[in-house]
Amino acid sequence: MYLFYLPAMLMLLFFVIRPFGETLYISLCKWNGYSSAKKLIGFKNYAALLGDRRFYTAFVNTLIYGFVSTLLQNVIGMGCALLVNSRFKGNGIVRVVVYLPIMISGLIMGYIMYFIFSYDRGVLNDILALFGRAPVDWLADGRTGVCIITLVNSWQYAGNCMVIYLAGLQNIPKVYQEAAAIDGASGWQSFRNITLPLLIPSITTSVIVNLIGGLKLFDPIISLTNGGPNYQTHSLMTYLNSQYFLKEKAGYASAIGIFTFFLIMLVAVAANGYFEKRMVDG
Amino acid sequence: MKKNWWKYLIAAVLVLIYLLPVYVVFAMSLKPMTDMSSRLRFPSEIYWGNFEKVFRNSGILRAIGNSLIITAGTVIIVVAVGSLAAYPMARIQNRLSRNIKIFIMGVMMIPGMSMVVGIYSMLVSIHALNTYWGIILVSATFGLPFSIYMYSNFIASVPRSLDEAAQMDGAGVVRTFVEIIVPQLKPVTVSVILLQGVGTWNEYGYSLYVLQRTEMYNVTLTVKQYFGEAVRDLNGAAACAAVAIIPIIVIYLLLQKYFVQGALDSSVKG
Repeated sequence: MYLFYLPAMLMLLFFVIRPFGETLYISLCKWNGYSSAKKLIGFKNYAALLGDRRFYTAFVNTLIYGFVSTLLQNVIGMGCALLVNSRFKGNGIVRVVVYLPIMISGLIMGYIMYFIFSYDRGVLNDILALFGRAPVDWLADGRTGVCIITLVNSWQYAGNCMVIYLAGLQNIPKVYQEAAAIDGASGWQSFRNITLPLLIPSITTSVIVNLIGGLKLFDPIISLTNGGPNYQTHSLMTYLNSQYFLKEKAGYASAIGIFTFFLIMLVAVAANGYFEKRMVDG
Repeated sequence: MKKNWWKYLIAAVLVLIYLLPVYVVFAMSLKPMTDMSSRLRFPSEIYWGNFEKVFRNSGILRAIGNSLIITAGTVIIVVAVGSLAAYPMARIQNRLSRNIKIFIMGVMMIPGMSMVVGIYSMLVSIHALNTYWGIILVSATFGLPFSIYMYSNFIASVPRSLDEAAQMDGAGVVRTFVEIIVPQLKPVTVSVILLQGVGTWNEYGYSLYVLQRTEMYNVTLTVKQYFGEAVRDLNGAAACAAVAIIPIIVIYLLLQKYFVQGALDSSVKG
């Protein structure tokens, strides 16, 4: 029966483990990505990361894309799940519509969002004009650019959280809330003290999945801002791409990759540990 | 109705916010470039010229064909190799299986792009650039951990007594798997096909590196190219985006029950 593992393990060996080792090795080299002149330079690429302000910006942005998106997605997703789970006509439509953007490629969604946020004839500026406000060039500033990318990402993938919480909510026996209502608990009290603690397994899954998704954000950044203006909206992954694909700094790009790999592993393990402890205590 | 008015209000706002971008794309795609009305306004007269241009110039039909081949190949490998590996993982409980499971979960978290340098130089050395099999193997490998995870959770819920009865009748491991387990896997296979299919169809990062020749472009690369060239003609670009997202929206609306089920299966910890 162990032979059943073989095809999967061979694929993972060739396309994950070997390239990982190779990336690790290249991160210790000076190399342009195609010539045969690969020179071992030790940890110089990693040392260079420390002095690179653009890397620092990309790192901070990545944390924003990861943590702020996760927070927003979970709040929106929880709200939608509570709404869809409560009885009213049309809850099916909300579920279908909120899950819809997940079907669309992040890259194409970025382009679509450009129609909304562009300065010239952008939809958001049109709406502002209705209220007599002057148009704003949303994507010309790094700070608003990062906010918009975070919002777009949260909006697009909140449906995942909704579905996860919906499943969690439907597993909670109705008697609990009924008992609380008889004891005179308000809606908020019953949510805070009964629903929320019972949803911790759902929250764990939802938070970890979205943290990983946000920390490796790539597609919508490429199409919305391409990391600009002046490298201010890059994530670690798009910064890696720009260093490798455009600047041909393969060694440096590899070092960014290895750094991001360990960052995500660290965050995932820490988040898992945090919630596991809560589950025991709660 | 009266008591629930605020629910309807929130629902209406949500539906509006979630449908607005898609609406804008379709409204823009049906207006000529010279139409200077707001992007929010529905075209006063339907104009098909953008679509004509897209079908003539962008190579989007060829790209849809390429994406179909790549997605089908990836899905087939992920289903076959994934279900195979999931069987021993669900049935054998020892240190090796546990370690493999931890390894698989670890790979699931890895951002694929973080080791693009290593993968790209390997693909160059095995001459896999601009080939279907190159991009299929890369996508399938990164999709594999997820499908193994889904299948092993599912197989764990299939009673062991079925395996044991078959083995009592003299069936070997392979026959037990093919004749007893595989027929049970239909619902989880639907989920794996849909989730992996959408993922591969929408993939961009690795395609950018592997598919460099225009004839090999998939849908995302073609849309990107069209947006890059049509800087002024955003209505044309909107038509290109519309052509790219229509197939997947139609499939989603037809099969949305299965998509939601798939998302649920993948999120419930086994």
